[in-house]
Amino acid sequence: MLVLSVTLAIFLIVAGLLLYALIRYRHRPEDAHREPAQVYGSNQIELSWTVIPILIVVMLFLTTARVIIGTQAIPKPNNAMNVTVIGHQFWWEYRYPKLGIVTANELHIPVGNPANSAPTYLNMSSADVAHSFWVPRLAGKTDVIPNRVNTMWIDPEQPGLYLGQCAQYCGTQHAKMLIRVYAQSPADFAAWVSLQKQPGQQSFAGNPAAAEGHAVFMRNACINCHTISGTVATGRFGPDLTHLASRDTIGSGAIQNTPENLRKWVDDPNSLKPGCLMPAMHLNDRDLDAITAYLTQLR
Amino acid sequence: MRDTNSISIDMPIDPADLPWTLPYRGTVGMACLIVAESAIFIIFVVAYIFYIGKSLSGPTPAQVLELPIFGTVCLLSSSITVHFAVAALRKGKLSACTAWLAGTVLLGSIFLASTAREWYHLIHDEGLTIQTNLFGTTYYSLVGLHATHVVVGLIMLSLVLGFSFFGLVREEHSEKLEVLSLYWHFVDAVWVVVFMVVYVLGR
Amino acid sequence: MSTTQVVEGIDGTLTARQGGSPLNLVYEWLTTVDHKKIGLMYIGYALIFLLIAGVEAMLMRIQLAIPNNRFVSPQVFNQLFTMHGTTMVFFVGMPILFGFGNYLVPLMIGARDMAFPRLNAFSFWVSAFAGVLLYFSYVGASGLYAAGSAPDVGWFAYAPLTAKIFSPGHSTDYWTLAVFLSGIGSIGTALNIVTTIVCMRCRGMKMSRMPLLVWLYLVMSSLVFVTVSPLTAAQIMLTLDRYLGSHFFDTQAGGSAVLWMHFFWIFGHPEVYVLVLPAFAFVNEIVPVFSRKAIFGYPAMVAASVGIGFISLSVWAHHMFTVGLGAAANTFFVFATMVISVPTGIKIFNWLATIWGGKVIFATPMMFCVGFLFQFLIAGLTGIMLAAAPFDWQLGNSYFVVAHFHYVLVGAILFALFAAFYYWYPKITGRMMSETLGKWHFWLFIIGFHLTFDFMHVPGLLGMPRRIYTYEANRGWGGWNLIVSIGAVVQAIGLLIFVYNLVQSYFRGKEAGHDPWDAWTLEWSTPSPPPDYNFAVLPTVNSRRPLWDLKHPEDPDSDYEG
Repeated sequence: MLVLSVTLAIFLIVAGLLLYALIRYRHRPEDAHREPAQVYGSNQIELSWTVIPILIVVMLFLTTARVIIGTQAIPKPNNAMNVTVIGHQFWWEYRYPKLGIVTANELHIPVGNPANSAPTYLNMSSADVAHSFWVPRLAGKTDVIPNRVNTMWIDPEQPGLYLGQCAQYCGTQHAKMLIRVYAQSPADFAAWVSLQKQPGQQSFAGNPAAAEGHAVFMRNACINCHTISGTVATGRFGPDLTHLASRDTIGSGAIQNTPENLRKWVDDPNSLKPGCLMPAMHLNDRDLDAITAYLTQLR
Repeated sequence: MRDTNSISIDMPIDPADLPWTLPYRGTVGMACLIVAESAIFIIFVVAYIFYIGKSLSGPTPAQVLELPIFGTVCLLSSSITVHFAVAALRKGKLSACTAWLAGTVLLGSIFLASTAREWYHLIHDEGLTIQTNLFGTTYYSLVGLHATHVVVGLIMLSLVLGFSFFGLVREEHSEKLEVLSLYWHFVDAVWVVVFMVVYVLGR
Repeated sequence: MSTTQVVEGIDGTLTARQGGSPLNLVYEWLTTVDHKKIGLMYIGYALIFLLIAGVEAMLMRIQLAIPNNRFVSPQVFNQLFTMHGTTMVFFVGMPILFGFGNYLVPLMIGARDMAFPRLNAFSFWVSAFAGVLLYFSYVGASGLYAAGSAPDVGWFAYAPLTAKIFSPGHSTDYWTLAVFLSGIGSIGTALNIVTTIVCMRCRGMKMSRMPLLVWLYLVMSSLVFVTVSPLTAAQIMLTLDRYLGSHFFDTQAGGSAVLWMHFFWIFGHPEVYVLVLPAFAFVNEIVPVFSRKAIFGYPAMVAASVGIGFISLSVWAHHMFTVGLGAAANTFFVFATMVISVPTGIKIFNWLATIWGGKVIFATPMMFCVGFLFQFLIAGLTGIMLAAAPFDWQLGNSYFVVAHFHYVLVGAILFALFAAFYYWYPKITGRMMSETLGKWHFWLFIIGFHLTFDFMHVPGLLGMPRRIYTYEANRGWGGWNLIVSIGAVVQAIGLLIFVYNLVQSYFRGKEAGHDPWDAWTLEWSTPSPPPDYNFAVLPTVNSRRPLWDLKHPEDPDSDYEG
């Protein structure tokens, strides 16, 4: 706010003087043959408009420095929850080391209040190229860079869904590398955590399509890129699918998570998110239906 | 019009009468080139320093680098010989100039040969290439960039040597030869920096 | 079809010369080493690329006008913003400014040509080839993986996106090589300008008597040496990574993506000062003439320009506030970035003081300068906002930044360039441009400019990042983007009127004579257009405004200059 008011004041003063000068000193027809007095400079005036800006700059600088140090150089609070954020082309991986959870594309965090803050501390790196984690209503952005760990913290007090997206151009689908942060009350968050800790659904009683889909999944190349905990699928290149059906979107926020969309996605991801790195799986219709049935109950 | 035959000591001197000499454009042009080239070298040196100790695997400088004393002495001496070549040309001693130029080209070539020998040893005996690790990357690029500049300098010097040998270089060309010698001094100065950073600091 | 020209020799004798066929004309221009012709080739070349990059911008704006648009694919959009940025900086900005410098500097210092005419020609042709090479990528770069076509890595080509594994094919290499060659041309021309200014000033023109335009080109060219070279070095490193398997920016082998950012911005920030200093140069010459007053505070203007040049080398990491460099580094770069506003502010105040007490004539060149003054002020102030790192953590890499830098590049630099065109066109061609068309151009363009770039700040403040080919409807960005896109159309119309004015004035403009604006620097003492040798007799000067002294012998500047 201070910066804005200072710059606004400077603008009004200087632009105002400029406008005044242009009107007051405009050339009038009767002036045609006389040149105005030639003034080459004035040491006093020039000194004053050097010193005053220097003072303004010093003041702005000191206030800014205080904020920088207050944000970046403070010690980490003890009650912070650690989340590891890994940026991929074109999705986000979230790991909660102390809670033993691995998920993708939805970051769930507890809200705090002034009496009990519940900061979430993000340790971020990238698996491929440079990305940037930006949820405007929660914090400024921090770049997510390979071979480097950057850290930031967020501490919302209002529960709700906070939207953001990748803010460093990372390739074809940079625009659809969306971020969804679900800030939840402590009770809701605890419920989410206990759900996420379950291994992947193993019994498909009463759901033969899902059982068949499970088999299709495990014998196809899906297992090379994706993980479903408790199964032979342990790939790390693509998102963890253990609780895929608990998420509102697929494709990192790009598409609503409905059975139709899921089927289209598995059939040919590039039809929904052209340039994403998952290849079309070339499954026949029966297998596609089966896999969709399986995936939709991975709650 | 001012009558220049009767300037009194009270009247100011017409600026048109004062001498008006500005620097030789070849020298200024070469100085500009040297500034730009220095900036390029500085970036390669910064990369080298930044990556010291950061290689994940492979040979380290301490393991494989030896001080290239002989090559360095030759290269630095060639700065002296080219200086004498310019001095000789200024005095009109054309054959002396040719001799000093020949010495410069010879010493520079010896330096190049010693670098080539060093690289052969590093590649064949130590298995260090530009791909091996960060040390290999930054070493070959920095020393290679310098060697490229030495090659260009030697080509220019050889051309002048050739012209000089056939008697085509005269006293009035001494300013131009000095410009070339400035480039050569620059190449030597870069080597001093590379030597300190790669063979002394980095090991 | 041949023409006969009457040529006035340096001793005043007239000769009739067979102008020759169009083929002769082409040959003459292809082989010229005359700074004026080379300057004009630079300018013409840049105008062509301005139109091409403008089309690229229009395509992007159509795509972004509404949410979830399907006008172009993401692949094409990513190429568009990469090509638009690269073209505008390297194949419009640099050539057009070097073009004006080439034309004006020898004339303003009373010289007959640049110090190294053949290097001048070489630099132009290398730069020209580089531009053609970049655009050849649209057809030639498909490569083995069909993963090519035009580069799509953004104009700053961050690593490791540019590594072979993330950018297969050759599109990135077209970017690297074209920009590398353009850099060689830039260094060559800068070398020429510095040497010309230091070594070829006419008698009496001490450094303290040079026109401010010449000072600014001296600072700008000196800056080019230490600015373009880091990019050249980084591009050599990138090419070594891509082809010889080196690991400069290979994060898998321990290399650093941040190192590329440092090297790029060590180039990239001073580069924008390289672009803006000539804009200051034009304003420094035009505002005094149309205020009928000498520039206020010449020594301070020189000091401020040199100061800006030096300080600009120390601010680069304000492009990296979000990289996690640490509080100490961030604080230093905040300080340096804010400090540069002091000499810049001094320049604005001095222009204001020049106008104050003068008699302002609102011819088209002056109107564009007035636009420049207001818009550069605003751009500088949004720059100060961005300089506050915490602000930048939110606004960096968003459309707020895009709005800020277009405010400088279009609102300040392009406006100053328009002013320069209208001001020096009579000298270059011997004809005046149409004032009526000029005013149409000005008003349409300034309205379009503000529609686009004022409103562009808002999506940035609302969280819209840059370089996205589309956006969701639920973010609230759609309406603002639509206004921005409409403004682009209005600017395009203004620009077309300008191009039409350039062409039609050549054939139907009023004859200009030596000195249509009643100005004070040496170029106005020659015929319009100047003969090949510029000056029949090399001038001697006694002050900063030699023609003022001639026109006002009772009150010459030399009485006042210390």
